[in-house]
Amino acid sequence: MPIRPPFSLRRFVLGTGVLAASFALGLPSGRAAPEPIRIGEFASLTGKEATFGQTVHKGTVLAIEEANAAGGALGRPLELLTEDDQSKPGESATVVKKLISRDKVVAILGELTSGRTLEAAPIAQAAKIPLVSPGATAVEVTAKGNYIFRVCFIDEFQGTVMAQFALDTLKVRRVAILSSVSSPQSVGLAKFFRERVTQGGGTIALEQKYGDGDKDFRAQLTAIKAAGVDALFVPGYYTEAALISKQARELGLTMPLLGIDGWESSQLIALAGAAVEGAYLSTHYSAENRAPGVLAFNERFRARWGEDSNALSALAYDAALVLIDALKRAGTTDGPKLRDALAATKDFAGATGRISFDAQRNPTKSAVVLTVKNGRFAFVQDVHP
Amino acid sequence: MSEFLQQLLNGLSLGAIYALIALGYTMVYGVLRFINFAHSDVFMVGAFLGYYLGKFIPENTVGGGLLILLGAMLGCAVLGMTIERLAYRPLRGAATLNVLITAIGVSLLLEYSGQVFFGATPRTFPAVFPSANFTLGGLVISSNQVVVIVVTALLMVGLQFIVYRTKIGTAMRAVSLNPKAAQLVGVNNDIVISFTFGLGSALAGAGGILYALNYPSIDPLMGVMPGLKAFVAAVLGGIGNIPGAALGGLLLGTVETFVNGSQWSTYKDAIAFAILIIILLFRPAGLLGKASVEKV
Repeated sequence: MPIRPPFSLRRFVLGTGVLAASFALGLPSGRAAPEPIRIGEFASLTGKEATFGQTVHKGTVLAIEEANAAGGALGRPLELLTEDDQSKPGESATVVKKLISRDKVVAILGELTSGRTLEAAPIAQAAKIPLVSPGATAVEVTAKGNYIFRVCFIDEFQGTVMAQFALDTLKVRRVAILSSVSSPQSVGLAKFFRERVTQGGGTIALEQKYGDGDKDFRAQLTAIKAAGVDALFVPGYYTEAALISKQARELGLTMPLLGIDGWESSQLIALAGAAVEGAYLSTHYSAENRAPGVLAFNERFRARWGEDSNALSALAYDAALVLIDALKRAGTTDGPKLRDALAATKDFAGATGRISFDAQRNPTKSAVVLTVKNGRFAFVQDVHP
Repeated sequence: MSEFLQQLLNGLSLGAIYALIALGYTMVYGVLRFINFAHSDVFMVGAFLGYYLGKFIPENTVGGGLLILLGAMLGCAVLGMTIERLAYRPLRGAATLNVLITAIGVSLLLEYSGQVFFGATPRTFPAVFPSANFTLGGLVISSNQVVVIVVTALLMVGLQFIVYRTKIGTAMRAVSLNPKAAQLVGVNNDIVISFTFGLGSALAGAGGILYALNYPSIDPLMGVMPGLKAFVAAVLGGIGNIPGAALGGLLLGTVETFVNGSQWSTYKDAIAFAILIIILLFRPAGLLGKASVEKV
């Protein structure tokens, strides 16, 4: 049966409906409709991390639709142009170049992963087009230039959160790390986790590596089993994390598994089943969090998409909102002015918390720890920086 | 010690799958003297056939599992024979290079039509065989690993029987030795070549199912890496040589696993391919291959 992604991959044009709506609202007739402001989005709608891109896209669409319903920005409607990077290395650079040079977008939203954001960042920087990443947590992402922003916490913090959780809440002392050599996020997280565990009096008994796309982890896991550890930290994405969990349980490793935001996908549970039950992961947001901002956002998200929001859709929503807010304050779509307005963002109330950018264009935010319980992600605790 | 045995077992079960795929490369090479690059994608189609058959056949039963395995093998055999009929037969007698380029084309066609028809998103392969883990001393043996090793061993014995004990096998060896002379003594080369493709593709289909059983996330590009490794295994063992392909596969799987479990895991592919280069430097025809003199 041919299965097609649920989106038109080339373009997701929202402008048309809004244009009709603005006429209905009584804009002076006879005058040409205002030219929409074009915002580019690139995401992994297909491929290995397809659930990432599809979830993120839902958050972005919701934000743009809400903004358009409230009259758009600068008196013009917003048009979202979405490109699929197929979860492939190299593809992000191509599609972002296209968005900037051919589609003439005024700003770019994306990507969720650090690796693909790092590919696109130099291109956006060179063209002086602001880029707001919803979820690229690798430290070096915003170091690519002063046009690169993100609305998520950085890996240094995420590594610390998981290390603290392991030491203080789970009370483990000997930990092993299994990280991916092909993901900048994984390498960075492994480093920060190692430093924090060692500082806190724990030991990293063994550190093993794999490459993205690997399917056989039995060799590394057998070595980890022989090292005898109390917990295993796997900073990676869900496809590999699911196979690692499954093979770990098959080899008789029973210690708790610790993951990161890259684990948060329904596919993790679909692929690994009972093997990820009881695993812990750090992430940006939980729909089960009872904070009022979260509840309201989750309700609107449910009404639009018929499912609960998660960290990825909430971050994407926030990234789009921060950008729209900056557009309004800048009063223009001009790249440098828009950049300055973005950099001046202060105490912006998003779904994932209050966002103010520091000098490195990173927000300071809290994290949540989730666990997998009865086949779904359950909220464990909030962690503040 | 138990860590060593565990790694050996992991390596053998990975190597057994490489061996199964390598057999297909080696058989086609033996008969036609070209590398069928589409072979690794037939392997992928095998896994997807299993995925779709799994929707109709009850999971977690030995009978159902065997049915899925046979179904995938049959489907892949038909696919392999169709590829041969449509893409390679019209080029019979053309330069080997032309066929080789066509093979790469067929491979890309399968990979990207796979993305259109199956979607690029990885799928979860169903648990077609009931699975359990046994502990033997400090050794953990998963039933899936046992299934892989046993099925591979049985298929290899069966293959050996077909090639050396049956009429069609004798014809295959005759075509391999000298296609013109075989035709002179009444062998229908087209039928033999078609059969070889069918047999090799059936093994790839079985490999696809066994691979997906152990690594249950399947996508249209899943054949690329195992295919490349199996090709290396076939060359390592001596291409055109059936026991050589099996030996090469097991060797490569074991080496890869041991490197992966050490602190040099980042270099696993580099080391596997370096071994190939070293062996070919000293034994250009591969481990079990016979050096042949090119007749002019």
